[in-house]
Amino acid sequence: MTPPLVELSHATKRFLKADGGTHTAVSDISMTVGEGEFVAVVGPTGCGKSTTLSLVSGLEPPSEGTVDVAGSPVRGIPDGVGYMFQADAMLPWRNVIANVAAGPIWRGVSKSEAHDRAQDWITRVGLGGFEKSYMHQLSGGMRKRVALAQTLVNEPRILLMDEPFSALDVQTRALMQNELLDLWSGTGTAVIFVTHDLEEAIALADRVVVMTASPARIKDDFRINLPRPRNVEELRLTPEFIETYSKVWQSLSSEVETARKQGAARVA
Amino acid sequence: MSHSTLNAPGTEEAAAADGRMATPLAKKDPRAQLRKHKTLVYTLRIALLVAVLAFWEISVNLWFDPFFYSKPSLIWDKLVTWFTDGTAQGSIWEQIAVTLQEAVYGFVIGSVAGVVLGILLGRARLLSEVLAPFIQAANAVPRIVLSAIFIIWFGLGMESKIATATVLVFFPVFFNAFQGAREVDRNLVNNARILGASRFQVLRSIVVPSATSWILASLHTAFGFALIGAIVGEFAGSTKGVGLLISTGLAAFDSAAIYAGMVISTVLALIAELVLGYVERRLLKWRPPSQSETVAV
Repeated sequence: MTPPLVELSHATKRFLKADGGTHTAVSDISMTVGEGEFVAVVGPTGCGKSTTLSLVSGLEPPSEGTVDVAGSPVRGIPDGVGYMFQADAMLPWRNVIANVAAGPIWRGVSKSEAHDRAQDWITRVGLGGFEKSYMHQLSGGMRKRVALAQTLVNEPRILLMDEPFSALDVQTRALMQNELLDLWSGTGTAVIFVTHDLEEAIALADRVVVMTASPARIKDDFRINLPRPRNVEELRLTPEFIETYSKVWQSLSSEVETARKQGAARVA
Repeated sequence: MSHSTLNAPGTEEAAAADGRMATPLAKKDPRAQLRKHKTLVYTLRIALLVAVLAFWEISVNLWFDPFFYSKPSLIWDKLVTWFTDGTAQGSIWEQIAVTLQEAVYGFVIGSVAGVVLGILLGRARLLSEVLAPFIQAANAVPRIVLSAIFIIWFGLGMESKIATATVLVFFPVFFNAFQGAREVDRNLVNNARILGASRFQVLRSIVVPSATSWILASLHTAFGFALIGAIVGEFAGSTKGVGLLISTGLAAFDSAAIYAGMVISTVLALIAELVLGYVERRLLKWRPPSQSETVAV
């Protein structure tokens, strides 16, 4: 049997705090993600969901446990990983096409070939005509499209997304979610999508993993049996969606409650 | 906050919504208004300059001894003499060329060294921690005094002035490059690493451009320092240069010559500032216009 594409096994990540103590971001996480699977990770704000992505991407090594990608342990950044960050991470001094072409060029593709690929992806994310624009000239939604093109141009097998649409307004967010599903469908790319928005998680994913309040552990793992292709705006109104939502929310709500108490304790 | 600041400045709607502005004035072309504003600024600048010079001239004529304080007309005569008949040390252009050459060499060597070391130390944590106290100590040395040592080491020629200018330029550029390399957005670096950039590519494509705005900011002051270094070096001992003109003026109690030398070095610094400003705008054209650059009309 081939190993799963991503496998976290009893992974724990602790950070050193400024006062010398340690902060446990995630604790004893075990989960697998298969080829082409869309997994959403939900949890209360600030619980350590993003850390899970850092572990898979190789940006942070686990303090305990193991993280395997494509059957081998993660050392440095594994091949075939794409990561879309919560904040914009494009280079502001480069225009759109130079930003999108950066990945292939860094990976040794010739400049003209990289520009061809970049051009292709810019068109696919709907930014044709904006190739020469700089980031400050684009709207928030357009910047997300650049980030998407920049990540997808490398044709990742595993796409990590850290609340990528959280900064967008509601309509733009729904639009981007639909476009993400369109771009993803049929590619066989595995997606790990971190969000605190349960609606978004259910609308997009095949599986929703619920994490506990800090330190984050895995609490539940729900399979979402909603048909594809999906239109996220229409899907939200269906009884199946609402039923699933209330089931997952029962699991998540107590964690949100705990996180609020933790937050209140910190403020006080 | 007043009502008018809440509106987008410059739009006719904003002007019309503001009761005090609801006059035919608000209908005017905003560009014409901007031009008018600029003309006003330049006129006031010239008026200020004329007023200061006139006050100086008149007060010296009436109350002070021009031997000590000199006056604009005497300085102007001195400059005219220098540019038409030359100076006691030879052609004025030769003196300017020498000073400028020293300053430019010092500026280039000092800023290249500052940028390279600054970025290197900004990215190498252990090295910067080890070297930090030494750099602080070196920065605390009154570097102007080094010009005397450099004359002993390198002689009265150009090399000693270049050395003085270099050490003066190095530190501000170094500290800015260091800070710039440290303050690189972690997100940008992580993103680039995921996209496939090697350590060197991260340095070249992210760290250096990020630090550029910091570095350019320091280069403005740095050229001023380079000129100071060259002139102070010449002042301490030399055979040519604007600093020599000033020290000769001092030896002869010719205060007009000292002022004239100052005027020349000021003009040189202003020209350099214009050139650097142009380079900066070219390099940073990707930046969104800042609040202060978007002029409200």
